[in-house]
Amino acid sequence: MSPVLEALLLQAGYNAALVAIGAALLGFAAGAAGSFLFLRKRALVSDALAHATLPGIALAFMIMVALGGEGRALAGLMAGAAVSAALGLLAVEWLASRTRLPEDAAIGAVLSSLFGLGVVLLTVIQTMERGRQAGLESFLLGSTAGMLRVDAVVIGLGGAAAVLAVWLLRRPMTLVAFDPGFAAASGLSVRRTDLAMMAIVLLVTVTGLKLVGLILIVALLIIPAVTARFWTERAGGVMWIAAGIGGVSGYVGAAISASAPALPTGPIIVLVATGLFAASLLLAPARGVAAAVVRQRRFQRRVHLRQGLLALGKGEPIHDALSLRLLRAEGLIRADRVATQAGREAAEEVARDERRWAVARQVHQDGGLTGRYDGLTPITEVFAPDQVAAFDREMS
Amino acid sequence: MGAEFVQLSLTPILIGVLAAIACALPGNFLVLRRQALIGDAISHVVLPGIVVAFLMTGAIAAVPMLLGAAGAALVAVGLIEAIRRLGKIEPGAAMGVVFTALFAAGVLMLERTDTSAVHLDVEHALMGNLESLIWFSADGWASLVDPAALAELPPELGRMAITCAIVAVLTLIFWRPLKLSTFDEGFARTLGLPVALIGLGLVATAALAAVAAFDAVGSIIVIAMFICPPAAARMLTNRLGRQVGLSALIAAGSAIVGYVAAGYGPIWLGGGDSVSAAGMIAAISGLVLAAAARFGPCRHRLGAGAEAV
Repeated sequence: MSPVLEALLLQAGYNAALVAIGAALLGFAAGAAGSFLFLRKRALVSDALAHATLPGIALAFMIMVALGGEGRALAGLMAGAAVSAALGLLAVEWLASRTRLPEDAAIGAVLSSLFGLGVVLLTVIQTMERGRQAGLESFLLGSTAGMLRVDAVVIGLGGAAAVLAVWLLRRPMTLVAFDPGFAAASGLSVRRTDLAMMAIVLLVTVTGLKLVGLILIVALLIIPAVTARFWTERAGGVMWIAAGIGGVSGYVGAAISASAPALPTGPIIVLVATGLFAASLLLAPARGVAAAVVRQRRFQRRVHLRQGLLALGKGEPIHDALSLRLLRAEGLIRADRVATQAGREAAEEVARDERRWAVARQVHQDGGLTGRYDGLTPITEVFAPDQVAAFDREMS
Repeated sequence: MGAEFVQLSLTPILIGVLAAIACALPGNFLVLRRQALIGDAISHVVLPGIVVAFLMTGAIAAVPMLLGAAGAALVAVGLIEAIRRLGKIEPGAAMGVVFTALFAAGVLMLERTDTSAVHLDVEHALMGNLESLIWFSADGWASLVDPAALAELPPELGRMAITCAIVAVLTLIFWRPLKLSTFDEGFARTLGLPVALIGLGLVATAALAAVAAFDAVGSIIVIAMFICPPAAARMLTNRLGRQVGLSALIAAGSAIVGYVAAGYGPIWLGGGDSVSAAGMIAAISGLVLAAAARFGPCRHRLGAGAEAV
């Protein structure tokens, strides 16, 4: 059995299994929470939030050491991270609402200055006697090596709590994401809903620190949501699909990471999610690039075929290569460009359609149905048979 | 303030100041155009660029790394644009997808390569090593006129000075088109200005500043200097010229104060070793912004003054 498969089946050891399950839960929660952030067009706020955790982690470590503890208890560090991330979020909101700064500048300012402060505090810790082995740098990029059972339980609980909160708040959050004005008019507090959404994002961020690291956690909030958007037009759909993509990325990424050394968990999870994103961008049925190309080509064929038939009906020569190829492939013209029997019939059909449309646009000048004339749609798809018959009478 | 200062602190301070100004100048226009986070994105994607350059050349050399970083920045801008157009995704989210993915790829490549022999890791990329850019052969202020000592200046200083000069000259030359297309894109277009090209040129200039500064001082300073000084200056004045000037002053001031506070502050406070200069400079610029946001005369949106007070 290959190492990756082994890890996927949770056979690669106790620690690897813990990490995989924790990563799956975290990815699931991050995907669900991130989808609302994305729909509300505030995806990058989470980046400020994530970077703002660093000073909190460092201060929490110092406080725990000062109180005589070991300083590395994950729950304590997470609490510190949550406090400073919340302060960072408040700072972003304050800057964006009370000053002339746009939100993106507020995000960047808070992100960089609080992260800078965190780095300063990290270097202070390095000079402390207990700080040398603190390994707080591992929170930058996440580290699953030597993860304790209690850490995995904390991550699992955090992920589960976030999923539950998203599920409970999905209705108000959907409403606010799509139409804040309507949400406010129906008695919902937009501000409070936004705050609740950010609280969930905060929970996910703090939970993911150990596993993915504060620089990359934003990827788990953004990429699954953006990916899910390719597959559905429904808000509820985006949420569940994003959660699924996040969960799969977390699980598969953790398994791949466990299968060999020097495969850091956080980046691998992010790259698995990116792979799913790229596949969706290319292959998604309605919004994907491949589908768009196919649609475009179909449209092109219809236009060329129609124009070719119109020219055929009027007895004009056809010069366009694509039109000729299409007519030939459909058996409407012969190799010497003379129309076949079927070609003459089809050309007559198209010409009659155009004449009917011309009458229809004179009779119904009020737009509506005749507005659907685009030189391609057969009139029988727009008007009822009796109306078409009326146009025919009008013509003769 | 004698020989030791010249040897240990003068060049890092100068490099910090030049890097800060080079980033703050284009930052003004990025903030006004609501593209402030471009700097954030660029400084993340620089990592895979330098790792690829290292893998191809097998050595830590400045020029290939700068080329790699610049290439990565271009790839990132292209990818963001492609995803935005092809997937009809809002720009913020597209940016988030691209820079995190590229950064993750950079980290992975770094972990997979044996870089134990060279000084190349994520922390270095983030925090730079401003403190190590010392002027070994200086032995006092007199060295400033000593050609032999001047020849031994850290190469980062020359690179940063050139970059800063290029950015400043570009800003001056393209001042009018930049100003017009930033404040009224439609009007600029009717005047026949190539608006899209100007926007692209601005991003390219920002990338140049970011890549050069990143090499010397790390990406924290880059992100902070793109945004904090221009944002602070924006709260102090309503005139673009004055804003750009002020932002350069604030950037330079943050770099000096930050470096001194990081290097000497702990000693003055009775502590031991110095703390991260890059982090301190970013934090100081954030403090300046906080003060400007609280007390700046032009901190409110026009017309929003009354109800916001």
